[in-house]
Amino acid sequence: MTELTLAKALGSGLRRALSDDDKVVLLGEDIGTLGGVFRVTDGLQRDFGKDRVIDTPLAEAGIIGMAVGLAFRGYRPVCEIQFDGFIYPGFDQIVAQVAKLHYRTAGKVRMPLTIRVPYGGGIGAVEHHSESPEAYFAHTAGLRVVTCSTPQDAHSMLREAIASDDPVLFFEPKRRYWTKGEVDEDATALPMGKARVVTEGTDVTLVTYGPLVATALDAAVAAADDGISIEVVDLRSLSPVDFDTVSASVRKTGRLVITHEAAESGGIGAEIAATLTDRCFYYLEAAPVRITGFDVPYPAAKLEDHFLPDLDRILDGVDRALGRVNSLTGWSA
Amino acid sequence: MSTTVPVKAQMSGAKKQTPEFVQLLDPDGKRLSDELYDPWVSDVTGDQLASLYEDLIIVRRIDTEATALQRQGELGLWPPLFGQEAAQVGSARTLRPDDFVFSSYRENAVAYCRGVKLPDLLRVWRGTASSGWDPFEVGMATPAVIIGAQTLHATGYAVGCTFDGVDSVSVAYFGDGATSEGDVNEAMVFAASFNAPVIFFCQNNQWAISEPVGLQAQRPIADRAPGFGIPSIRVDGNDVLAVMAATRSALDRARTGGGPTFIEAVTYRRGPHTTSDDPSRYVDPLVAKEWEARDPIARVEAFLRSEGVLTDELAASIQARADEVAAEFRAGCLALENPEPLSVFDNVYATEHSGLARQKSQYKAYLEGFDK
Ligand SMILES: Cc1ncc(C[n+]2csc(CCOP(=O)(O)OP(=O)(O)O)c2C)c(N)n1
Ligand SMILES: [Mg+2]
Repeated sequence: MTELTLAKALGSGLRRALSDDDKVVLLGEDIGTLGGVFRVTDGLQRDFGKDRVIDTPLAEAGIIGMAVGLAFRGYRPVCEIQFDGFIYPGFDQIVAQVAKLHYRTAGKVRMPLTIRVPYGGGIGAVEHHSESPEAYFAHTAGLRVVTCSTPQDAHSMLREAIASDDPVLFFEPKRRYWTKGEVDEDATALPMGKARVVTEGTDVTLVTYGPLVATALDAAVAAADDGISIEVVDLRSLSPVDFDTVSASVRKTGRLVITHEAAESGGIGAEIAATLTDRCFYYLEAAPVRITGFDVPYPAAKLEDHFLPDLDRILDGVDRALGRVNSLTGWSA
Repeated sequence: MSTTVPVKAQMSGAKKQTPEFVQLLDPDGKRLSDELYDPWVSDVTGDQLASLYEDLIIVRRIDTEATALQRQGELGLWPPLFGQEAAQVGSARTLRPDDFVFSSYRENAVAYCRGVKLPDLLRVWRGTASSGWDPFEVGMATPAVIIGAQTLHATGYAVGCTFDGVDSVSVAYFGDGATSEGDVNEAMVFAASFNAPVIFFCQNNQWAISEPVGLQAQRPIADRAPGFGIPSIRVDGNDVLAVMAATRSALDRARTGGGPTFIEAVTYRRGPHTTSDDPSRYVDPLVAKEWEARDPIARVEAFLRSEGVLTDELAASIQARADEVAAEFRAGCLALENPEPLSVFDNVYATEHSGLARQKSQYKAYLEGFDK
């Protein structure tokens, strides 16, 4: 066991993957000499060489498309997209090729790519550096989509993603890169497709993932002071979603709040709400509540506090789910 | 020497330049002659060059001030243009008001020359707005952060100008790294196919964050354009006069129906990529030192002094003026107001959107709950 930041835990996961399988290659902008703009790949090029940790030309379609070719050739590429908002030049390769090649070739061609994406806001950045584009990918058949919230998960899930024979979009909560936690490289990890009940509770199920897990835990502590018992579920996987774990929780609490940074419309929260309404209709005591980023482009830094769900907005959502006085009391639908 | 006489090359000792690398003022400030490009600046007087010199001093001064503001916590981030002053000023000062610029984030000197107000340069970096200015007021779009995207926009704007029968030109500014993106290559295809009056102005500052230009291009970047059917010029980007000559020749081609031109301005990013960057991880200090000797300001200064145009007195007054501008810049930065919370919902659509209107009124109710 060592205490590592989430960023360092990702780095140690990459290091293990590179040592364990010589078909693993890393590709990305500034990942070599610089070690990545967040230093996740720090030291890896020095230790594994320029053929395995590759600084690519500045082109995301190039990075993903070249990884597709490497995968055809039996490699297991791990691509770094520098920031969430820069994934779109590579979007076509991901959606039209990476996601569909296995299907198109009747399973003959595997695409064991991992595409790492630092995502989310809260760091006071300029445009395109704070986005949460996970729903686009969860909407795309053929891709697995996961995200981590602790250093241990960062390490274990990344290794599992790289070992997966399916393409995995691996979303890294960049504002939590500096969060520290114990990491056991040899721990038997919870499979990346499983959700985790992070803290148990009886009154409300609070479902979240990635950067907002920490905020949800703060909300659970704050609510406990008010005598409200929140069960926090960290989804970890967004495609597939571990609905068994979420349903079990909702059957217990009867109330569901979902929170994520991404916009509300067409988001992961909508999928959770719809499926849980379907699977737990007779257990629900109230309509599922979504607390999300608004349906606006990620705003300027001085406005991000008015975009991101925070403790107060989450607690307001909990009050709504419980039928307590809340900001929408008396609101006519 | 009278300061109103055109800045002519001194033939004695002047070295003939190959057209491949246009240089009119060498790093020591010696005026070189160039058959092809001299005519494009034959009208530039000593006074005009001194005025360009003043621009160079001012943009460097405000760039330094912005870095200081970032260090003091007043800006979230700043992308310094230190070292690229001549490439930006020399090109931007040749444009007409009805021309239109599409740039990336580093072109703050271009924006300054286009007449962008000082605090407007800082809104985005202070995080108070998503963009700094009205593009149509200054003939310059607000910067593209997505690398290379703006080159296609410039191409489309230029095609629009030909449809409208006007001789305005659009200029796309982008970096060496950007030339690897599909968008930039597609822009060149489109510009060539439609004979668009666009200038592709690439500042090859040798770096794309930590990646040296050698990773993006195995030959000089300017060599790529002819393959698309676009004539190109490789110019000393640290030579304000040569940049001006190259840009004027490209503008002339565009205005007279000759279509696009690609200009590679060879320069050097003397600062970090942005204030978040640590170039000590990847820059060889010896190479950086070599580029310091090719500084864009020193050579103009040396030339103007040798011509007797720049006196100690004038230099001091330019410096004083630069300090004044920097003070105004700083004050403007500190006076920028934070946006209203509910403005987060503004301008997403040109017309009312019912879903968003609902979110806005719900958030308004939520905020009002705190006052109760
Ligand atoms: C599509 C996209 N990918 C990645 C980035 C991250 N990024 C910002 S600047 C930069 C390097 C750009 O280099 P260059 O084009 O040479 O311009 P310079 O910064 O040198 O002015 C990178 C990779 C981005 N902004 N957009
Ligand atoms: Mg560059």
